[in-house]
Parts: sequence; C-alpha cells; structure tokens
Amino acid sequence: MSKLLSMRQLWLTLAVLCFGLAAENFITGTAFAQEAAGGGHSAHDFVFRFSIFVLAVFVGYYVVWSVTPALHTPLMAVTNAISSVIVVGALLAVSVEIGGALSETNGWIAKLLGLAALVLASVNIFGGFLVTQRMLSMYKRKER
Amino acid sequence: MTNEFVPLLYLLASVFFILALRGLSSPETSRRGNFVGMIGMAIAIVTTLAVAAPDDPVTWAMIAGGIAVGGLIGAVIARRIAMTAMPELVAAFHSLVGLAAVLVAGSAFYAPEAFGIGEPGNIAIQSLVEMSLGVAIGAITFTGSIIAFAKLSGRMSGAPITLPGRHIINLALAIGLVVLVVLFCQQQTAVLFWAIAALSLLLGILIIIPIGGADMPVVVSMLNSYSGWAAAGIGFTLGNTALIVTGAWWAPRARSCPTSCARA
Repeated sequence: MSKLLSMRQLWLTLAVLCFGLAAENFITGTAFAQEAAGGGHSAHDFVFRFSIFVLAVFVGYYVVWSVTPALHTPLMAVTNAISSVIVVGALLAVSVEIGGALSETNGWIAKLLGLAALVLASVNIFGGFLVTQRMLSMYKRKER
Repeated sequence: MTNEFVPLLYLLASVFFILALRGLSSPETSRRGNFVGMIGMAIAIVTTLAVAAPDDPVTWAMIAGGIAVGGLIGAVIARRIAMTAMPELVAAFHSLVGLAAVLVAGSAFYAPEAFGIGEPGNIAIQSLVEMSLGVAIGAITFTGSIIAFAKLSGRMSGAPITLPGRHIINLALAIGLVVLVVLFCQQQTAVLFWAIAALSLLLGILIIIPIGGADMPVVVSMLNSYSGWAAAGIGFTLGNTALIVTGAWWAPRARSCPTSCARA
C-alpha cells in the first residue's frame, strides 16, 4: 500500500513539473509579445504565482488531513466561509473606475456584476462563519 | 497604502486561513480557529478596500449596501437553519461562491483596463485562459451545487437520473467547451464569454443528476474543491495572491473527505 502511494506521489510530482514547464513555454511564446499591448503579466510573474499555487496545494492537503473526522461538518462549513475570499475580486470589480479608456456602458456592467458578486460573497462570509460558530458551540456542550 | 505592503497583508490573511483550518484538528482549538478565520477575512477585505479605495460616494454606497444586504441574509440564515439541514446549507453556499466567481470573471472581461489585463478586444491571452477556467469551473460549481442542494433537501428526488447516452452528451459538451474557449481566446467577444458560462452551467447539471442522494456528501466536498479551483483561477486573472493561495488549498479536499468520512 505504502509503495503504491509513493508511486502515486511520484507521478503527481512529475505531472506538476511537466505542467509548469509547458505553461512556462506557452507563455514565453505569447505573453512577452503581448506585453506591449498592456498585458502587464510576464512569464516570470506567472511562474512565481504558479509556484505559490503548487505550494499552497500541498499545505492544504496536509492541513485538511490533520482535521479530526468528528469535525468534518464544521470543516466543510468553515472552508466554505473562507472560499468566499472571492469577495476580494468582487470588491475590486465594484471599485472599477469609469473614465479614461473604459467606456461608460462596460464600466457599469463591470460594476454591477461586481455588486452582485459582493452580495453573494457576503451571504457566504457571514452565513458560513456564524453557522460554524453555532455548530462548534454545540460540540462543546456535548462534551461536558 | 504603499503597494509593497499589500501582498504582505494578503499573505497574513492566507496564514490566518491556514491556522483556522489547523484549529479544527481538535475540538478545543476549533472555536479559536473559526475566530482566526474571521480575522483573516477582515484583513483581506480591509486591505482590498484600502488599495482599491474608490473616490466616489456611489461606489462606497454600493460596497456598504452590498455587504450589509448580503451579511444580513447570511446572518439570518445561519441563525434560523436547523442543524440537521447542514449538508444542504453547505451545498447552497457553494453555489453562491461559484456564481460569484462567474460574475467577477465577467466584470474582468468587461473592464479589463481596470484589472490591468489589457483592453477590450485585446486582452492578454494568458488572462483569457485563466478567465475561461474560472468561469467554467465557477458555473459548473453553481448548477452542480444547486442540484446537490435540491437532492439533499428533498426538493428533488434523490434517485439517480440517468439520461440515455449521457457519457456521449457530456463528452460532446466538454469538447464544445474546449472549442469555445479556443474561439474566445481568439475573438474575445461577449457572446462567446456567456456561451462558455451557459455550456458550463448545463454541464454542471448533467454531471450531478446521475448521482444518487446517498452519495451527495461526497459530491458536496467535491464541489467544495471546485469552488476553490474557481477562486484560484480568478486569482491568477487578477494577479491576486490571496485568491490563489486560498483557492489552491481547497483542491486536495475532494480526495481527503470521502476517505476520512468513510473512516469515521
């Protein structure tokens, strides 16, 4: 069993490396050419972000495994609340400044889409954390 | 606020989120963990507001109103919901994250200048790919979670619904999705953007309806993982490390929960 697992991990590592290499090649082929168009992203940025991404996947894997099975329902609720970090994107979208190159219509579409996302994410933040709190206080009472 | 400081604050928020999950490793530390999670979220929001700092009152009113309305709805639901209805509540909440991801990607598509990814019709291809991934995964999470919610809450029969030739249909839809993404990267039209969203919404429904009610908890944790991938995809588009990190550590959960739930 442990041998099987380590083989799987090996394949996973290889897959991650291959994907990273492929992505880097793909982007050095295109994004540098596009940078003049105001892209602002470069291959270096991407590889940097991709590294953060991969490391975060590993942190998540090990942290979630350390959660006791009894706390799985609160785990689902709290991770749900945290996934509403998408609120950051919603806030940026609402705060889009109209003017300059950005046309009035498109700007307002962007702002209103952001507003809708903000409401949805807020439901999730408040609902998620409060319901977790309620659940965890029940666990405490049960133990005593 | 200086811009060098912002990534550090996002990093702090991410660390708090990780600590919040770590807190759940035992019931004694779990409540503190939840509190730490709230602080992390507050840091992320305040940092974003400080850095984006809109200067017109209308925008501030929209932000305050949006958070107030959403927060109120969320708080009321959290107080009223019966504890036995928890799995379907979580499923319903996932659908919100999925939809929010779709909307944010839409916003980035309509106002690419504001997000620094190009201008309309000339968005960086890398951002287009990331955006399409965010939309597709977000939309699948949205409809998939709604079906999961309906099945868990008994609003829809828990029995699996199997369409004849569903594998062929799903395969065709998946291929269609890839074709649309490629076209979208070349032509960058709004029609294609919403077509990707629509096709993914349909795919989300079709993936979940053949699954029976008893297997739903596994599906919910899988969708939980999807909502993380969607957030990470949007994070890449916006170049926002908080979104990337938080989205990324969702992913492994799809595997861990079914196994450990079975063990429990």
